[in-house]
Amino acid sequence: MPTFRAETRAWLEENCPQAMRTFMPENEQVAGGKRAQYVRPEQKQWLDRMAAKGWTAPTWPKQYGGGGLSSEESLILEEEMQDLGCRLPLRGMGLSMLGPVLLEYGTEEQRQTHIPPIIKGEIRWCQGYSEPEAGSDLASLRTRAVLQGEHFLVNGHKIWTSNAHHSDWIFCLVRTDPTAKKHEGISFLLIDMADPGVRPNPIRLISGASVFCETFIENVRVPAGNLVGPLNKGWTIAKRLLEHERKGIGGIAARNAAKFEISVEVAAKHYAGEHEGKIADPILRDHVAAYSMDAHAFQLTRRRAAEEAESGAPPGPLSAMFKLQGTELNKRRYELLLESEGFQGLGWEGEGFTKDELRFTREWLRSKANSIEGGTSEVQLNIIAKRVLGLPD
Amino acid sequence: MPLILSDEARMVRESALDFFRERSPITGLRKLRDDNDPDGFSRDLWRQMADLGWTGFLVPEDDGGSAFGMTGLAQVMEAAGRTLAATPLLSTALLGATLLSLGGTDDQKAEYLPRLLAGEHIFALALEEGARHAPNQIAVKATRDGTGYRLTGQKTFVLDGHIADTLIVAARTESGITLFLVPGEAATRTRLTMVDSRNAALIRLDNVAVGPDAVLGRPDLLDIALDRARAALAAEMLGSANEAFDRTIQYLKDRKQFGVAIGSFQSLKHRAAQMFCEVEITRSAVLAAVDALDQNANDAAALVSLAKAKSNETLYLCSNEGVQMHGGIGMTDEHEIGFFMKRSRVAQASFGDTRFCRDRYAQLMGY
Repeated sequence: MPTFRAETRAWLEENCPQAMRTFMPENEQVAGGKRAQYVRPEQKQWLDRMAAKGWTAPTWPKQYGGGGLSSEESLILEEEMQDLGCRLPLRGMGLSMLGPVLLEYGTEEQRQTHIPPIIKGEIRWCQGYSEPEAGSDLASLRTRAVLQGEHFLVNGHKIWTSNAHHSDWIFCLVRTDPTAKKHEGISFLLIDMADPGVRPNPIRLISGASVFCETFIENVRVPAGNLVGPLNKGWTIAKRLLEHERKGIGGIAARNAAKFEISVEVAAKHYAGEHEGKIADPILRDHVAAYSMDAHAFQLTRRRAAEEAESGAPPGPLSAMFKLQGTELNKRRYELLLESEGFQGLGWEGEGFTKDELRFTREWLRSKANSIEGGTSEVQLNIIAKRVLGLPD
Repeated sequence: MPLILSDEARMVRESALDFFRERSPITGLRKLRDDNDPDGFSRDLWRQMADLGWTGFLVPEDDGGSAFGMTGLAQVMEAAGRTLAATPLLSTALLGATLLSLGGTDDQKAEYLPRLLAGEHIFALALEEGARHAPNQIAVKATRDGTGYRLTGQKTFVLDGHIADTLIVAARTESGITLFLVPGEAATRTRLTMVDSRNAALIRLDNVAVGPDAVLGRPDLLDIALDRARAALAAEMLGSANEAFDRTIQYLKDRKQFGVAIGSFQSLKHRAAQMFCEVEITRSAVLAAVDALDQNANDAAALVSLAKAKSNETLYLCSNEGVQMHGGIGMTDEHEIGFFMKRSRVAQASFGDTRFCRDRYAQLMGY
């Protein structure tokens, strides 16, 4: 392991461009795809170098272009990247959600077709789950797919499809048996968005951004080979994918605490002043300490779960709380930042505010979605009560 | 930093859980209370605990202990917390053993440690003087008298103080705060009857003369011992919180109203799920704290403050939710859930309430 760490460090130092060792603003995150736009050339260079090593997907099998690393090696890679301040070369729903599900449930042909382009950042994926009438009650979805010979004919209306207008393909939950019980008539289908019958419309959000779309699907013919898993058994896959999604969202707090992010105590000292090394406002200081201690204890819990997994113990109940706790902590963090900043945290745009202040305002609003997307906090509490505590329905 | 237990620690945990479940259930505490037991704990059980080696976990092998460490002792404390067992673990196996092992002269160790290890000599740290934990606010005076000292003043909330064979008194000398070994009977002792039915006492020292051999250890010793006490108490509180939580979950499954188990109601489910999260998060903090103490890690004091603060909050939550979710039966003395709420308040105040721990954590983190 020490050798792997040293080699990894040396490779990163040689291959990670200096411009990619800086704070990454939201508009410089790389998600790939056919219509990818790069603000700086180093972004593409960094992506290509990491993808060539398979390190955009460090633990995926080498045969599909992944890094083939053990989870311990992957953790070392992550630690060394964090230490050098390396940006994540690529992120997106292909990497965080679809890939792991295809590796588990996909056919060999589906893996060979779809996984390499995800690793290289050539194809960008989005998620067709929620519908206007199917939010927390996801299994009541109504988008229809009717098998007609070699094709499904798909019609429906998806919503909260993040970045659908920048994506190339969409993985969808569709109803293939309207007569079955609601969880039993659902299938998991991959749809090429090049079809003109797939129309994403961006929705303007409270943060001013438009990452979410509503996506209309009208008379789209999808090859039957794009069905993942058995017909009408899509709910199992859907739930597994949600586990991957929740892991990603729950990790937000961890990522934000990384190298370049301002800590709440620094912000509190800056805006509220300092007295003998302490945050001058004792009430704000108490709030900062309460938050920081909860965040610290949560990090320790993530580490404990990782150590338990590493020791070969069966996955315990801890992971059930990560999405809930991680997102609630992230929201608290932004609330505290704003509480510290006072008037300076309330700017929308223009003069009178620093770039960071304006960014925090938008991120504060964005953070409110954390406890809604991927299963609300209330849904997470239901899951813990049912699966972990065994409380009756 | 290992946040999972070694096989050895796991074995200690299992045997401690069995021990307290079988020999020291909550009915034991109730009986001590109802009998107005003069000792406030069972000497027979204490000797059995000593036979299991628990009194020697913080004593080096050269001095007759096993040096098994804080992680091991935390397993015992957590198990004791499960049944709210009244024992001198904190006063003697932790504070007495720590202060003597780390600070005692060879003569002091030879005199006291064998009897401590055998479960035949009880210690009590006489520290607090005011209404809150304030380890630096010491007014009890030790004035020079020939080669020795004379001690005068009053201590309160001295755990196991009324039955201690030896008191370890924190007193102010011209050079700062010094610890003194004082025979229990040399002080005027008034037992305090606490809401949790556990031992505490008011101690008056009236010009008590001690020799030069009564001085115990280095000045920083008290900080180390107090951090160990905070971490061990946090482990005990984790055990109590987990037990109150487990009992409440079981009640939610058993109790029927409106024709269904009350655990099917979402308002209770969500609160139960929150408690689960808090218990598990607290467990991580406690494991990290005791491990940091065993490793002498730089961040040990911060992790200990974190662990005690989280245990304070979580035992408070689980014991109060426990009473509320048990409904009317939870208000009766006959039911045991109320014992957890009473214990919670006393344990919260001991060795640092949440305000104290938060302030200390912020200070250590540089804000």
